[in-house]
Amino acid sequence: MSKDRLTAATFEELAMPLFDQLYNFAHWLTQDRSEAEDLVQETYTKALRGFSSFQLGTNFRAWIYRILRNTFLTSRTGLKANVPLEFDEGSEPSAGPDTPETLLIERSQQEVVQSVMAELPVNFREVLLLCEIEEMSYQEIAETLAVPIVTVMSRLSRARRALRDRLCEKLQGEKHA
Amino acid sequence: MPDVWTEKLDTYLDGELPAGEMSALDAHVRTCSDCAADVLSRLQLKRAVQTAGKRFTPSMDLRQRIQKMSAAKQPQRRWFWQLAAIAAVFLIVLGISLVRIRQANYTRQIYSEIADLHVSTLASASPVDVISTDRHTVKPWFEGKIPFTFNLPELQNSEFSLIGGRVTYLEQTPGAQLIHIRKHQISVFMFPESSSLPGDSGLSRRTTFEMQSWTQGNLRYFVIGDASADDIGKLVELFKSAEGR
Repeated sequence: MSKDRLTAATFEELAMPLFDQLYNFAHWLTQDRSEAEDLVQETYTKALRGFSSFQLGTNFRAWIYRILRNTFLTSRTGLKANVPLEFDEGSEPSAGPDTPETLLIERSQQEVVQSVMAELPVNFREVLLLCEIEEMSYQEIAETLAVPIVTVMSRLSRARRALRDRLCEKLQGEKHA
Repeated sequence: MPDVWTEKLDTYLDGELPAGEMSALDAHVRTCSDCAADVLSRLQLKRAVQTAGKRFTPSMDLRQRIQKMSAAKQPQRRWFWQLAAIAAVFLIVLGISLVRIRQANYTRQIYSEIADLHVSTLASASPVDVISTDRHTVKPWFEGKIPFTFNLPELQNSEFSLIGGRVTYLEQTPGAQLIHIRKHQISVFMFPESSSLPGDSGLSRRTTFEMQSWTQGNLRYFVIGDASADDIGKLVELFKSAEGR
């Protein structure tokens, strides 16, 4: 298939099925409906404009997510959110009789997890979303974030640990309150 | 109690461990209760994140905007269809024109043949095979000679006189030619209607002759002569009335 035919025929077919997921991802990143809408619209505009440079046979999903993420990172909200936060990589996983998971079973899980996810630094939030919500492979996540796979694995591990720790703190705090 | 496998449990649940390690960890989890419990709790967290993460849905307005933008910005496709439409219209027009040109050529050819038949009759030493002014003599003479019958008008009170008739051929089809006179000789041709013959024509002037053609009762009529258009028209009406009886 030539590039012209690719441009003409397939952008809509490739991009529109990802619309809901892209919006969800954008909203998680921006934490604001209006900004998420602007981000999605700008992503589609850029993707359309640059679609002729998309290489057939490569991963379209990773390509358009990368556009969205880069657009976000260069936005005002993205620049503010991208301040690297130091997480204690050496900290041990929480231990004790009450694990966050067991506490979650007893509680309304969804809202708590959502609030904790929203509090995570954006680089942790995005890698979690790509892995768990979009169910991307490590390779796809690496393409989307433009980082090596080992970085994906390490960032994912730290993100999960941060999520578990914060969940644990929050649930235990509420339990003792 | 953490062991050597603990740090690989997330990768294991993500399905990203090499095949050999996946099998080994499968086997280990069946025998290590600590790791089994750890796997279970990590799986619960994974599921909780998956559920909680699907949180935001786009508005219909945004969906429509993006849909419109994605569908509209496809210039090559639009150009392709526009060009295809133009080409299709051009081909249709060309086809219709060719058909019309062929029909016009064919019509001219048939009318020329009719004119030739009329002229050759006028030039002939014996223009008619049956000589009679009586339609009741002329009409029966054609029986068995042509594959159809026809009606002849009563001309007694008209300006026209019947001279006689002859069998003629157009496109290898036999037909009747009747010669009338009113100052000038006028031929009336009758042939079985066929789709190959040109359509009805109003009065027209062809090669100095006036001619009119029409279809009636499965017969195609041609009236041609060096008479005025008015005279041709009157004879046509007489024949139409006779066939319509």
